[in-house]
Amino acid sequence: MFTYVPLLWSVYLSFFDAHNTVSPHHFVGLDNYASMLGDRAFTDSLETFGVFALFIVPATFALSLGLALMVNRLRYAQAFFRSVFFLPAACSYVVAALIWKLSIFNGVRFGLANTVLGWFGADQTAWLSTTHPPWYWLVIVTVRLWLQAGFYMILFLAGLQRIPPQLYEAAAVDGARPGWQVFRHITFPQLRATSVAVALLLVINAFQAFDEFYNLLSDSRGYPPYARPPLVYLYNTALGRGQNLGEGSAGAVLLALIIAVVTVGQARWFGLARRED
Amino acid sequence: MDKALLAFGRAVRLVLLVVLALLFLIPFYLLVRNGLSTEADITSPDWTFFPSHLQWSNVTELFDDPAVPMARSLLNSAMIAVATTVGTVVLASLAGYGLARIPYRWSDQVFYAILGTLMVPAAVTFVPSFVLVSSLGWISTLRGLIIPTIFSAFACFIFRQYFLGFPAELEDAAKVDGLGYWRTYWRIVVPNSRPVFAAVSVIVFIGAWNAFLWPLVIGQDQSAWTVQVALSTFTTAQVVNIHELFVAAAVSMLPLLLVFLLLQRHIVAGIERSGIED
Repeated sequence: MFTYVPLLWSVYLSFFDAHNTVSPHHFVGLDNYASMLGDRAFTDSLETFGVFALFIVPATFALSLGLALMVNRLRYAQAFFRSVFFLPAACSYVVAALIWKLSIFNGVRFGLANTVLGWFGADQTAWLSTTHPPWYWLVIVTVRLWLQAGFYMILFLAGLQRIPPQLYEAAAVDGARPGWQVFRHITFPQLRATSVAVALLLVINAFQAFDEFYNLLSDSRGYPPYARPPLVYLYNTALGRGQNLGEGSAGAVLLALIIAVVTVGQARWFGLARRED
Repeated sequence: MDKALLAFGRAVRLVLLVVLALLFLIPFYLLVRNGLSTEADITSPDWTFFPSHLQWSNVTELFDDPAVPMARSLLNSAMIAVATTVGTVVLASLAGYGLARIPYRWSDQVFYAILGTLMVPAAVTFVPSFVLVSSLGWISTLRGLIIPTIFSAFACFIFRQYFLGFPAELEDAAKVDGLGYWRTYWRIVVPNSRPVFAAVSVIVFIGAWNAFLWPLVIGQDQSAWTVQVALSTFTTAQVVNIHELFVAAAVSMLPLLLVFLLLQRHIVAGIERSGIED
């Protein structure tokens, strides 16, 4: 109810001029959609999401799968390592962003990254405000990687434990060497369902990115013009100075359509690929 | 030869794991280190691994600072997280049970409609939800912060999957004894499903405690700030000292760390059993 009612309401609102009001009178048809699509900031926010997903989805996928494979084969201290990698899940994006912004990637010398790089004679970098090269991506991607890798590691571990051991025995009989061959021909294909789910969740979560962008990049003067994902953009449009709820709703509807297409497309693609097997 | 190679591989893997584990722990260390340091120790250009001395008075200073509504925010967060957890678990378990056990004409369609909301990201619903809540006059109220968040399709899905696998014999016995769905649910199903209730509660509690966007949008008055919103406001407005900020962040994490350490087994089991992969 709290998903479908607001969604329908926002479709309705998106056809109206609604500044600072939730009970609009002035019907504007598709104007809100036209101005959203013509707005560079909106299309840029989609591009930001694209770049972010391009970094974070493969990085989290690889790290969490790697951690799961390594932890799974441990004979002792398995619970210890699993706990350490899972622990960041207890940390909020706000707290993590604070540590990253004020302690690790601080632009001045007391930041950990600059201190460590300083030992090797490197110059100081203003991580969050340098746009050429865009160092802020490093900060944004590592926060999320740290926070979510442990969770997906647990999903992969669950998947690994469901692989029947007979498969590995058969592979050993057939002379497959442990390591890459076994991983490619047995482990990875057996993790197929888990991998699809993880990839899907990672894309959806990347699309919802807000907390770390907002907390890392905005300050008392507002949000810088770069690296603004769709949710931050919508937040500014609908609840910022303009309180333009009509355009905000139009943006929300457009995003709903895009995510629906992406999700269905992804499901189709994986579904079709499966039938070929 | 092969054996030596395997042993070498194992050693490399262990070293890699230890290095990664240290990297994963560094942010926690920095949080505690900075929270217990003097401001000079944090901002010193000659950064050292250990602070010159541990300044425990940061904690009392934080709660005494009139500019920082720390106690109030913590209380808000606690009330919201507890209410959200209880509300979600009650609603989602009942819905999940109904979907799993009570056959009626549209039950499959209802299930797919609920599942569909999982695919609709917060990016899409937060503007319209805000509109709905503000037209109800619930801005900056606990109602506005709690009620819209207690319908969790995810929790409902987990409960449905769990109840589908619940042994039907137990319920049949209850039915023979003349119990209806309602009483069967409370007397037979709930007491025998503690693990799934524990797992969902913990997951929902963590999510509610760490939630940021919704409390930021709805909790506009300082009196309705959650601890996450308070922290975020301090970082962007720079009204407090940096050591106070770090100790506030550390304090905000304590309840969750306790939950994590005490219930880690349930959390992991709950995620593993959630059936996301199927």
